[in-house]
Amino acid sequence: MTLSVEAAVAARRFDVSLSLGPAETIAVLGPNGAGKSTLLSVIAGLLRPDSGRAEVDGRVLFDLPLGAGQGAGSWTAPHRRGIALLAQEPLLFPHLSALENVAFGPRGAGVRKRAARDTARRWLAEVDAGHLESRRPGELSGGQAQRVAVARALAANPGVLLLDEPLAALDIQAAPLLRRLLKRVLAGRRAVIVTHDVLDAYMLADRVLVMEDGRIAEEGPTRELLRRPRSSFAAGLAGLNLVAGTVTAGGIRSAEGLEFAGQHDFPLVPGQAGVAAFPPSAVSVFQNEAHGSPRNSFRVTITDLEPHGDQIRVRAGELSADVTPAASADLGLVPGLDVHFVVKAAAVAIYPA
Amino acid sequence: MTGLLGSRPGSGARRRGGSTAGRPYSGIPAWIIVLAAAGALFGLLPLAAMVARINWPQFIPLVSSEPSLAALGLSLRTAAASTALCVLLGVPLALVLARGRFPGQRLLRSFVLLPLVLPPVVGGIALLYTFGRQGLLGRSLEVAGIQIAFSTAAVVLAQTFVALPFLVVSLEGALRSAGSRYEAVAATLGARPTTVLRRVTLPLVLPGLASGVLLSFARCLGEFGATLTFAGSLQGVTRTLPLEIYLQRETDAAAAVALSLLLVAVAVIVVGLSYRRPGPAGPGSAGRAEPARS
Repeated sequence: MTLSVEAAVAARRFDVSLSLGPAETIAVLGPNGAGKSTLLSVIAGLLRPDSGRAEVDGRVLFDLPLGAGQGAGSWTAPHRRGIALLAQEPLLFPHLSALENVAFGPRGAGVRKRAARDTARRWLAEVDAGHLESRRPGELSGGQAQRVAVARALAANPGVLLLDEPLAALDIQAAPLLRRLLKRVLAGRRAVIVTHDVLDAYMLADRVLVMEDGRIAEEGPTRELLRRPRSSFAAGLAGLNLVAGTVTAGGIRSAEGLEFAGQHDFPLVPGQAGVAAFPPSAVSVFQNEAHGSPRNSFRVTITDLEPHGDQIRVRAGELSADVTPAASADLGLVPGLDVHFVVKAAAVAIYPA
Repeated sequence: MTGLLGSRPGSGARRRGGSTAGRPYSGIPAWIIVLAAAGALFGLLPLAAMVARINWPQFIPLVSSEPSLAALGLSLRTAAASTALCVLLGVPLALVLARGRFPGQRLLRSFVLLPLVLPPVVGGIALLYTFGRQGLLGRSLEVAGIQIAFSTAAVVLAQTFVALPFLVVSLEGALRSAGSRYEAVAATLGARPTTVLRRVTLPLVLPGLASGVLLSFARCLGEFGATLTFAGSLQGVTRTLPLEIYLQRETDAAAAVALSLLLVAVAVIVVGLSYRRPGPAGPGSAGRAEPARS
C-alpha cells in the first residue's frame, strides 16, 4: 500500500522517482526551480508528464510509456485521484463561506448538503476554526484562511495530501500555530510537503528528499540527512543546530538535560514539546567554562572535525560549531577532547513543536 | 493619511498636486483632463441636441402609437431571445477560448470577434447566403419546411450574430483575470469538471458574465443593418425599433426623434445596470477582488 511515482518532463528537465508508505510524510527541499512544484503538479494530475508511471494503493494514476504518442497510455483526471493540494495561498473560493468551502469536497463526492456541512463543521473544529464558519474568505486573516484551507483539503478525505509551502505566505505569528496544527493532522497520514524551511522538514516529515535541477539529489530519514548531508543544498540547510526537548520558562531542556535559553515570538507553555534552533556560526568554543553574559554554555566532547568552507566545523554529537582554522589550532581541537560550546541566548530561536 | 504621500485634508497646497482630500494621488496630467472632457462632450452633445428637438407635448402620443409600440415590443422580445442565444453559444466559446489550448485558437478568436468590426450590412448579406432560400443551409431548411429569412427568427439570428462577440469578449476577459487556480484546487478536492464549472468558475466570473449579457442585450436593441438586410422591415414581424425610427425619419421627424429618445433611455438603463457594483456580500465583489490579490 504505497504511492509510487516515476515521471519525466523533458521541457523542465524533470526526472524523478519516489515512493511513499501509507502513513509517511516526506518533505521535499531544494532551491528555487529545482522542480519541487512540478513534482506536486504531476502527482495531483495538474501537469501531464512526458513519460512515467504512478500508482497509489494499487490504483494507476498515470501510465505513460516512453515513446508512446499523445493519447497513448492511461491517465486519471485530477478529480478521480483522491489527492488534495494545499498551496501557499489558501485559495478559498471567495464566493463561499468558510463552512461551504470545507463542505465543497464532500459535496462534490455526492454527500448530501446537511451531511457535508456536518463533516465540514467537524473539520473546522479540528483546525480551531469552528467560530469562523459563516465568514467569507475576504473576512479571514491569512492564518485563519490557511487553517480553513487545511480543513477543506482534509474534508475531501484524500489518500495523499500535497502541501506546497503551506507556511510561506504566513506572518511570523501565524506560521508556528499552523505548523503545530499540521504536525497534529499529518500524523498517520500520507503527505508530501514542499518547503524552504528546514524546521518544517524537521518537525513534520519522517523523510526528506532534496531536489536539485529536476532530480532527487539525496533522500533519507530527516534527522539522519540533516546530520550527514551529502548534497550541497542539504549541507547549507543542515548547518542549523536543532535541539528537541521540553519547553521551560526560558527556553528548551533537551533529553540530555541541557538547558537552552533563547528568543521566541509567541507564548510558550512550559512542559510542551519544543525545538531550539541556532546556527553553528553563533557557537563559540572554549577550553574552560566561560564567564560573562552568554548563558548557554555546555560541556561537550568533540566527535568530529571537518572543513566547512573556510571554517572548521566542530561536531559534538548533535551540536556543531564553526571556528576559524587558527582558533582550532590554538585550542588544539581533536576528536575526544572535552570543550565548552557557548551560544548567546539572542542567537537561539525557540519553537513549540 | 498624513504621511509623505498622503494628502492632508485642509492643507493649502493640496490642489496643486491634483489630489483631492481623502483620495490617493492620481497623477493625471491637466491636458489629459481637458481632452477627456472634450471626449465626454463629443458623446453627450449629440444626445443633448436630440433632446432639444423633441416635441414634448406630442411625446407620449408619438411613442405610444401602434407602430411604435409594436416595434418596441418586438425589439424587447427579439433582444431577449438573442441574448439567451448569445449566452448559450457565447459562454462555451469564451470558456474554450480562455481555458483551452488547441491549434487555430487565435484564428478562432479572430473570427468570433469579426462581427465587432464588420459592417452589419455585410453580416446581413452573409446570413442571407447561409440561411436564405438559396443559402448554404437555407435550401435544406426549406426542404424541411423551415423558412428563416424575413421572419422574426431572422431578426433574432441577425442580432445574435452582431452581439455574440460582446459576450465572448467580456466573459473571456473575466475568465482570464480570474485564472484557473481555483479550478485546479476544486479538481483536487474531487469535483467533476461540470461541478467545477457550476460551483466555482461561473460564480467567480458572474460580474463579467452579467456585464457581457447586458452589453449584448444593448447591442441587440440597437441592431439595424444586418436585420434590415436579412430580415427586412415588416411591421410587427421584423420591424424593430431602430428600423421603425429609420422609417419614420423619412415621413415624421418628430416621431423619429421621440422614438430615438426612447431607445436611448432603454440603452442607458441597460448599460447603467451593467456598471452597477453588487453589494459587498455579493459573489460579484468577492470574485472581482480575489484575482487582483493573488
